[in-house]
Amino acid sequence: MELKPLIRVEEMSFGYAEKMVLHYINLSVEAGEIVTLLGPNGCGKSTLIKLMLGLLRPASGRISFEGENIARLDTKSLARKIAYVPQTHKISFPYTVRDVVLMGRIPHKMFFFRYSGDDRNIVDDALERLSISHLANRAYTEISGGERQLTLIARALAQGARTFMMDEPASGLDYGNQLRLLDQIIKLSREGYTFIKSTHSPEHALWIADRAVMIKNGTIVADGRCDDVISSETLLRLYNARVNVLQFNGSFRVCVPQTICGCTKTGSLQGQTLALMAEEERYDDQKRSCCV
Amino acid sequence: MKLKKSLFPILFAIFVITAGFSLTLGKYPVSIADMVRFFLYRAFHVGIMNAEVCNLFGSIFFDIRLPRILAAALIGSSLSVSGAAFQAMFVNPLVSPGLLGVLAGASFGAALSMVFCTSWFTVQICTFLFGLFAVLIAVGIAKMHKGNTILLLVLGGVISGAFFTSLLSVIKYIADPYNQLPAIVQWLMGGLSLVDYRTLLIAGIPQVASIILITLFSGYLNALSMGDEEARALGISVERIRMFLIFLATVMSALTVVLAGMIGWVGLIIPHIARMLVGPDNKILVPACAFIGAVYLIVVDDVSRMLFNVEIPIGITTSLIGIPFFIIILRQAKKGWN
Repeated sequence: MELKPLIRVEEMSFGYAEKMVLHYINLSVEAGEIVTLLGPNGCGKSTLIKLMLGLLRPASGRISFEGENIARLDTKSLARKIAYVPQTHKISFPYTVRDVVLMGRIPHKMFFFRYSGDDRNIVDDALERLSISHLANRAYTEISGGERQLTLIARALAQGARTFMMDEPASGLDYGNQLRLLDQIIKLSREGYTFIKSTHSPEHALWIADRAVMIKNGTIVADGRCDDVISSETLLRLYNARVNVLQFNGSFRVCVPQTICGCTKTGSLQGQTLALMAEEERYDDQKRSCCV
Repeated sequence: MKLKKSLFPILFAIFVITAGFSLTLGKYPVSIADMVRFFLYRAFHVGIMNAEVCNLFGSIFFDIRLPRILAAALIGSSLSVSGAAFQAMFVNPLVSPGLLGVLAGASFGAALSMVFCTSWFTVQICTFLFGLFAVLIAVGIAKMHKGNTILLLVLGGVISGAFFTSLLSVIKYIADPYNQLPAIVQWLMGGLSLVDYRTLLIAGIPQVASIILITLFSGYLNALSMGDEEARALGISVERIRMFLIFLATVMSALTVVLAGMIGWVGLIIPHIARMLVGPDNKILVPACAFIGAVYLIVVDDVSRMLFNVEIPIGITTSLIGIPFFIIILRQAKKGWN
């Protein structure tokens, strides 16, 4: 029997007012995967995430979660399955970190609710798992961007959802916090959590994601294992930027720009990367011959 | 955080003491001892009291001072609670209950009926209905367009408020300048002297009900103040809950105008003071606002009555006390603003 995907997007299109944003998207995500959405600004990544969260309704096609059309699920039961981890944001009121994480318990509550001892334990547990218990009584507005992102992940944990949608979680974080965030994502993914996240950094995909989905002008242009999909060729097509995807003896793969302001620095490259370079030159060649 | 458990008993005690003490304040001097003696005599027939004095005290306390104090408490609570709810819902600490035009609409309704109707009851009904109507227009304008609902609602409120403010000017212009105009102007400055028990009962029940309901819903307010998308991702039917809360806040704000005309600033300042005292968590903030708002307006009314020989309209006192106070707390209040 074929394994049922956790999330399935079928022939889904969406547009704001007259302008179509996404065209006939097909995508399926297995439980436990880390899927990274890559694409230039305005390509529709965030919109796709909002659609999968049920915050927007597709114009056509369908999105299902565990085989059920999410349009048919009410907001509450959907929130118990899929959690939204927004970009770190500033909020208008200085709630404590614990209050923010407690909001994650709302989908489990009835009409007029009070938080119970159980809720508080779940929240303490979530704070503990992300090692931010010491922040519990600090104001959310006064902690650092990285700590805020961890707070929002803790809230998603408290929500009890096993699937996390993250819209550019690393944006606005300093370098160290970005890496710590990736750590947390890997850790949780090993416990069986599913992540769908958008990012502007292909390296983040290369380092932690199982799959990369590349979106341009509202369509998926590539979808596959990161190592297969992310190459200097695809990045050139996606971002119109010339980069080399390099790997030094056994290290993570990195993206290095070929040229910055007319100054070209290719350096000496390892075998694999040289092959990529050759590939790219062929691509350039083709393009040039197209132009001619 | 040990304070939290004893917070509400303390607030309630302060409220009762303020209300009780205010009973002794007024033109006719009554000492606290007199008051205690009177209540002991009336309730338990303890002690001796001259029948004439007893009647006099009874009429001072129950006919003159108590309705004022109750009205001040109700109005203070209602404006503060709806202010706190609006601030959370519209994700903006600078919002006040008049945001969607309810106060402008109710003022217009009051002025209109003061010119064209004779019965005070009709004036009150008209005041209430136009308050509701103004918010309905604001919501209607917001619903006509697609986009950021919060922004559209604020815009709708600005439009609706401006519309009814200009209509109010029209009424003022055509009103008879010897009798009607002064009555309208005085009403718009706010005053508690016209309050009677029947109005108190009719306005008080929905107001208290709204305060209780908003308190029960206050858990959602925290999530609503994170923005629409996040609140929805947390499983909240944002539109439905927001409309319900707007309805409650509108009803109670419109009823404050029915009771005592326009009283500004309370709904903006009290939530800030309460936030400084008990923190931003709406589950505690909203009920705290109810008590603090009540105490504040009782005190302000005492000041209006006692400061000069002539009573100052309470709307003027709230602004005159509120504005410098707001400047003082601004430093604290702007913590956490973007």
